[in-house]
Amino acid sequence: MSVIRAENIRFTYGKGTSLEKTALDDVSFEINEGEFVGIIGHTGSGKSTLIQLLNGLLRPTEGKIYLNGRDIWEKPKKIREIRFKVGMVFQYPEYQLFEETVYKDIAFGPGNMGLDEEEIDRRVRSAAEFTGIDEKQLECSPFELSGGEKRRAAIAGVIAMDPDVLILDEPTAGLDPLGRDALLCRIADYHKIRNNTVLLVSHSMEDIARTADRILVMSHGKKMMFDTTKNVFSKGGELERAGLRVPQITKIMQLLRKEGIDVDPTVLTVEQGLNEILSVLGNTPQSLCN
Amino acid sequence: MSNSIIFCDAGLTAENLRVIIGEKCSLVRDITLGQYVPEKSLIHRMDARAKILLLLMILVFIFVCRNFISLVTISLFSLVIILMTRISIVKYLKSLKAVFVIVIFTGILNLFYGSGDVLWQWQFLKITWGGINNAIFTAVRISVMVMVSSVLTYTTSPTDLTDGLERIMKPLKIFRVRVHEIAMMMTIALRFIPVLLEETDKIMNAQKARGADMENGNILRRVKALVPVLIPLLVSSFRRAGDLAMAMECRCYNGGKGRTRMKIMHFSLTDLFAAIISFLIFGAVIYFNMAYPDVV
Repeated sequence: MSVIRAENIRFTYGKGTSLEKTALDDVSFEINEGEFVGIIGHTGSGKSTLIQLLNGLLRPTEGKIYLNGRDIWEKPKKIREIRFKVGMVFQYPEYQLFEETVYKDIAFGPGNMGLDEEEIDRRVRSAAEFTGIDEKQLECSPFELSGGEKRRAAIAGVIAMDPDVLILDEPTAGLDPLGRDALLCRIADYHKIRNNTVLLVSHSMEDIARTADRILVMSHGKKMMFDTTKNVFSKGGELERAGLRVPQITKIMQLLRKEGIDVDPTVLTVEQGLNEILSVLGNTPQSLCN
Repeated sequence: MSNSIIFCDAGLTAENLRVIIGEKCSLVRDITLGQYVPEKSLIHRMDARAKILLLLMILVFIFVCRNFISLVTISLFSLVIILMTRISIVKYLKSLKAVFVIVIFTGILNLFYGSGDVLWQWQFLKITWGGINNAIFTAVRISVMVMVSSVLTYTTSPTDLTDGLERIMKPLKIFRVRVHEIAMMMTIALRFIPVLLEETDKIMNAQKARGADMENGNILRRVKALVPVLIPLLVSSFRRAGDLAMAMECRCYNGGKGRTRMKIMHFSLTDLFAAIISFLIFGAVIYFNMAYPDVV
């Protein structure tokens, strides 16, 4: 069943002024429950606008967005309910922290939902666990944490609302490689355990390739492709024309294949790539992780 | 948000400001802030110092006016200046919007404070010809003042404006006023207005996404709802100020001492003519003041 359905949405900034600019042009798609969807596109392709439309921060100029089969703008007064159901982690979310303690900051969202103390406590602790924030840190001021910890605390603040759909806008931007991997793993785990829908916006094709089931490719305010990760990344030429590229390992495999070596050109992760090469060389596949 | 801060001397043009405000800030889209409107007109070309000084004098002389003839003289002069800027008169009228209430309020107040023949009376309130004259006089006076002040901000880029102010205030150095530092602070403040607006919008969206309710509730609740926006904004302003100070020091900035300028200001013939014409008008105002009876 589809959890989010967008029907011919169009969004124009500054409608009726001289600076009118159409950011989204006739975009339709359906996202199924429990899916992990990657959203990619060049800068200014309309990704950010799109995700802000999905949780009701912006209202489409034309078209409708359905959440669990209901138009989200059916009752504009109740738009907050939608925002609780569609959790949104913005770019650099650490800049939104404001409370005295990490605990209170994570509790801000659930508190706004009007839950009782016990439920809030339960949610804060489980969100902290998901994002790897320990008990001691919960009592710290959020401004004492390191950059990566702040980021995780901010993400916990959204996860604590237990949204049906979690949208993350470039959650790994500005993190070191280790922090990046750790955060992606946590998001993937969260997705697996809660079995909810996750939308990940990223400029890193590697991140998307590792996590997403399907990819929505945006280009100049239009939906360019919406297909399984393998299918999208097998169309390297088209992606490059849209200012994107395929993951490095996929590119290597495609080049190897051009050279006449019989490897699978739709490989998405380094591990799969290694095994492909090893099997061509006649060795048994092995795992990178010891 | 970029970590590197570009300290840009010519950073704030109305164009990029409007783009920033128009596209990014849904909240603050309606506020005209950076008011500079790039055009090619004589007024635009004038030296910022000349503009500031002459404008100040025009403001003074608007107050000097004591009867309608001198007020009309200076108002017509202001109107000519406004038309010469080639900026739509609608924009000037819009600048009146902010003071509209004040104009109406003082107008009404003056209406009841005149002397002469009583036209209408209700208990202690009475309207007289003098009152009507007073009301019109003050309303016109305030409106013209506001509109002519806009000429300065519409036709002078913020950098030129602060540069001009710095040069004009230079004599204050004798009194140990740190003129350069003040001007630099003003430049930086202006430069960062759009950045802060954009940031405010971002943080507001982030908190709204966590269910912060900023549109409903009474005053107290709304003020409380601002806390989650103001604290992050304050924190990031300090961070940004630190970064900027660092970036400036890395470029060996150490105050105004020995600092040269890319654009050197100089008075031109235009400025001279403007000054001569203005002084003629001022002279006329003084003459009319003496030649005709007072209104106020």
